[in-house]
Amino acid sequence: MDCMPRKSENAGMAPTDLPMPSMGPLSRVAPKPMRFILNWGRRYSLWVFNFGLACCAIEFIATSMSRHDFIRFGVIPFANGPRQADLMVVSGTVSDKMAPAVRRLYEQMPEPKYVISFGACSNSGGPYWDSYCVTKGVDQIVPVDVYVPGCPPRPEALLNGIIRLQEKIAAESLPERYTWARSHSPSGETLLRPPLNPPEAPV
Amino acid sequence: MANVTENREQVVGIGAGAKELATEDMVLNIGPQHPSTHGVLRLRLTLDGERISQAEPIVGYMHRGAEKLFEVRDYRQIIVLANRHDWLSAFANELGVVLAVERMLGMEVPIRAVWTRTLLAELNRILNHLMFLGSYPLEVGAITPIFYAFRERETLQAVMEEISGGRMHYMFNRVGGLKEELPQGWLDRVADAVHQVRTRLPNLENLIHGNEIFRARTRGVGILTPEAIMQYGVSGPIARASGVDFDLRRDEPYLAYGELPVKVVTRQEGDCLARFECLLDQVKVSLDLADLCVDRMRGLPQGPVNQRLPKVLKVPEGHTYAWTENPLGINGYYLVSRGEKTPWRLKLRSASYNNIQALKEMLPGQLVADMIAILGSMFFVVGDIDK
Repeated sequence: MDCMPRKSENAGMAPTDLPMPSMGPLSRVAPKPMRFILNWGRRYSLWVFNFGLACCAIEFIATSMSRHDFIRFGVIPFANGPRQADLMVVSGTVSDKMAPAVRRLYEQMPEPKYVISFGACSNSGGPYWDSYCVTKGVDQIVPVDVYVPGCPPRPEALLNGIIRLQEKIAAESLPERYTWARSHSPSGETLLRPPLNPPEAPV
Repeated sequence: MANVTENREQVVGIGAGAKELATEDMVLNIGPQHPSTHGVLRLRLTLDGERISQAEPIVGYMHRGAEKLFEVRDYRQIIVLANRHDWLSAFANELGVVLAVERMLGMEVPIRAVWTRTLLAELNRILNHLMFLGSYPLEVGAITPIFYAFRERETLQAVMEEISGGRMHYMFNRVGGLKEELPQGWLDRVADAVHQVRTRLPNLENLIHGNEIFRARTRGVGILTPEAIMQYGVSGPIARASGVDFDLRRDEPYLAYGELPVKVVTRQEGDCLARFECLLDQVKVSLDLADLCVDRMRGLPQGPVNQRLPKVLKVPEGHTYAWTENPLGINGYYLVSRGEKTPWRLKLRSASYNNIQALKEMLPGQLVADMIAILGSMFFVVGDIDK
């Protein structure tokens, strides 16, 4: 496994591009039964990182409580931060001021990673569709796997969204996933630059 | 803001501690995404060792521009947005808007609507307080109470959902009354839910209130003085925990509060424990008030719960200020109308915005470890800060 950092021209404090960690050549040529087992293991141990932003975060908490209890689906809400998480649930309005942080925390998550956009605001801006400071949909800054509609959605809707995501994971083929991830992996430079460029000054 | 610290000359290295053990201040940035800020509040702390020497809350990460959007929504649509800035007290938020509009229109609200609003406002207060009664122990390290708090919340949310269809954002107020007639037997189910919450509340209380660790972490920590409260305009249970005896429900009654014996819960200590106790006792008071409302509503004669509105609802020219005692403090709407179907300006005075400004006074001198306990005891909702 190649895990030596590539030599970059401007050595020193400059960010280094690390290659995407892979699960070895075996996973890529794994036969179907193996793939099934790998996916089965991944779909039922989703460590979730709750990006709680607004009202929907309360419904997310309600889903994690005893009545709805998504831990029975293998969703574990105890990730200490994005670096330990497989799934990010963006619940709430993403404002333009917050968007860089959402992007940065998404990029801190290790592959394979999934995003659920929970609620109308993070799907499309929702009731704030004409606001001057709300990002109209979190999919403008991070790729979203499952959208859960509602304002705020009921806990049952999140449970359904999680099941949909698990179906998606089950159908996934690892080589495709990792080829995609490799081609879309963030470079060190993108991690350090300010994610939103200021608008050009009017001439 | 960032330049302040960057430009300051910093002496580090061998020379720094040459004469005596000099220490270097450290700037610690907490947030915007941090579990203890339950939301996206950012704090910039300057630390002298373990002690906080300066604290600055940096707000605006949740700013959604609601005030500007009010100006392009008509009075029916405003309720949708007004619901959402403080998502834990949705009903109380919509109340302020309709009260302001009704006052401008000189509209008389049917008596049944008034009492129903009072009842729903109290149920909403209990829901809000239960959330904090659960989340505050969670932040100081006790995970169990939140499960109990959410069980009670689900019980009450069920009756709220039955009438309005929403679990959080009820949208049940209309200008001139309520959305629709109450379902049959609903009052019995409310009384039942209130009874259940009252009998099970000791479970939650006994879990945490007498807990030695909880008391050690909260007693005498983060004392807020009445002077600071006056200067910063802090209100609600936080102000009352420092002995500021002010509650709009008693001091300037709106809805049907004038006919209800509102017991105002106060504490003198002004520390984290006092704030928590205030919240706990307010739940009990609100449960009693809800029962009184139910009793009163049973005796009311049949009648309408809303008024027929014109197709285009225009508010006459003028201005008014309607304030209500929201669960987290004073929530006010300053409505300026130029006789059009949208307000010319609707200024929102939200409780949490003022409440967290006092952090600047409270945090310096405290230990970093106590920061979480203090922050959690300020009972804020980030949307209420940033609007």
